[in-house]
Amino acid sequence: MSLIDSVSLPRSFRLPRVDGLIQWIVPLAIIAIWQVASVTGFVPTRVLPAPSDVLLAGWKLLLSGELVRNIWVSFWRASIGFLIGGSIGFAFGLANGLSQLSAKLTDTTLQMVRNVPHLALIPLVILWFGIDESAKLFLVALGVFFPIYLNTLHGIRTVDPQLIEMGRIYGMTDGELFRRVIFPGALPSIFVGIRFALGIMWLTLIVAETIAASSGLGYMAMQAREFMLIDVVVLSILIYALLGKLADSASRVLERATLSWHPAFQKR
Amino acid sequence: MQTALRTSLSETELASRASFAPHARIVREERPQQAIGLPLSIRGLRKSFGSNEVLRGIDLHIPAGQFVAIVGKSGCGKSTLLRLIAGLEKANAGSISFGQDVQAEDIRVMFQEPRLLPWARVLANVEVGLGRDRASADAHARAERALTEVGLADKRDQWPSVLSGGQKQRVALGRALVSRPRVLAFDEPLGALDALTRISMQRLLERVWRDQGFTAILVTHDVAEAVALADRVLVIEEGRIAHDVVVNAGRPRERGSAELASLEASILSHLLSAEDRT
Ligand SMILES: Nc1ncnc2c1ncn2[C@@H]1O[C@H](COP(=O)(O)OP(=O)(O)O)[C@@H](O)[C@H]1O
Ligand SMILES: [Mg+2]
Repeated sequence: MSLIDSVSLPRSFRLPRVDGLIQWIVPLAIIAIWQVASVTGFVPTRVLPAPSDVLLAGWKLLLSGELVRNIWVSFWRASIGFLIGGSIGFAFGLANGLSQLSAKLTDTTLQMVRNVPHLALIPLVILWFGIDESAKLFLVALGVFFPIYLNTLHGIRTVDPQLIEMGRIYGMTDGELFRRVIFPGALPSIFVGIRFALGIMWLTLIVAETIAASSGLGYMAMQAREFMLIDVVVLSILIYALLGKLADSASRVLERATLSWHPAFQKR
Repeated sequence: MQTALRTSLSETELASRASFAPHARIVREERPQQAIGLPLSIRGLRKSFGSNEVLRGIDLHIPAGQFVAIVGKSGCGKSTLLRLIAGLEKANAGSISFGQDVQAEDIRVMFQEPRLLPWARVLANVEVGLGRDRASADAHARAERALTEVGLADKRDQWPSVLSGGQKQRVALGRALVSRPRVLAFDEPLGALDALTRISMQRLLERVWRDQGFTAILVTHDVAEAVALADRVLVIEEGRIAHDVVVNAGRPRERGSAELASLEASILSHLLSAEDRT
């Protein structure tokens, strides 16, 4: 069905269950083709193990408890790093969006630091923290900081000045003005920052765990590589993809719930 | 001039107001009738932006409850005058007085853009207009009453984005009215609306003004609108009030009557001759 069709069809004529399932057709087909290609030997299992083998490897690791432990460690690092970097970025975004003085004081410095790719700091971070937890948290927090900072700042700066004037005319205090006008106005942009940050969060963690860690999904993948366990390597990659998708979906749900006023999120 | 004006008001205006509309009484209960409209006196008002001298000495008296329209070519300082009256700009010289101490809630402005909060439902947007009374127990009831007055009671739980341009402007009017203002300033509030919606909005403006008796100051670029609504039309030229025209037609006014048409033509000729001189 083309885009035009789906847009012009009235809601009542669409089958909602088909709508939900349709997105899974392509991934399922790919897995099916992959399975057939492996079983028939078209793709050698040294290059790419069959999906069934990956599933089996996952099952074994699940039984040994290793899988859950590594996922948990990675999930924990991602969340804590995100919370730390996100809150600092949000705080700077607020401060610099609301106060000229604060912006003059810190914005230029932050924009300069932004131009350093944070993954380039890995050698330095290892020297500072070793392969300790704090190294991973630091890198994730640093990676997450900028998209949240920049989008919070942008969101606040682009709030309609006419609305702010309206709020003042109607006697809103500074606190009310922030709560009722500025923050809701900046929220769509803040969500853009969160979605960017979630992507960077996983990327940073994969790299950091692959290079310097003794636990976590990235570490699990590197260990498996040393023992030539290609099914576990593929499994780790797929789990990363799944976690990334989950984080994105969670942020979408949150976005839909808080931005229900936005025309883009209204049910027609 | 001033006395002529006042008699024209007291004879035609007060008589027609007293006999008007049933819901007028409900509205007046909140404030004693004599306390509604405020008179406005402006003396020697000047305003410049940098070297651009926009207002060069405005002298003006508006009696309580009068409906005044301000016209003039684009950029002549109509909005600036209105913003000064509403306290949104500071004058370089001169004074504006309302004859007594006023509170923020007494003076309201409505702009060409509705300026509704997109993330607040219609009712909550109207409640914004209560100013410091927002948190009071009867805030909901008062906002609902204001919504009813502008004919949108059934939209109270909608998001602004689903309303039409005219409906948004009516919500903005409800928000301006909810605090029972004593002076209401309009800056081309109907400028962005289509012809039919404009006419129904003009009727609504006239009706709420007659119901509530606030002093109305309407900036418009539409001379027909000015003569249809106002008791008095001011023409601004070169930073001063160049013409002060009394509209004596009775209310409710008959649109397109010969009387209004000839007034409109004479005001337009003032404006056009000013255009020719520059
Ligand atoms: N905030 C401002 N800063 C600088 N110039 C302004 C400002 N507001 C208005 N002006 C200037 O003042 C003049 C009158 O503007 P305005 O009152 O908006 O005119 P009108 O509403 O009659 O079209 C214009 O030349 C405009 O450029
Ligand atoms: Mg203007």
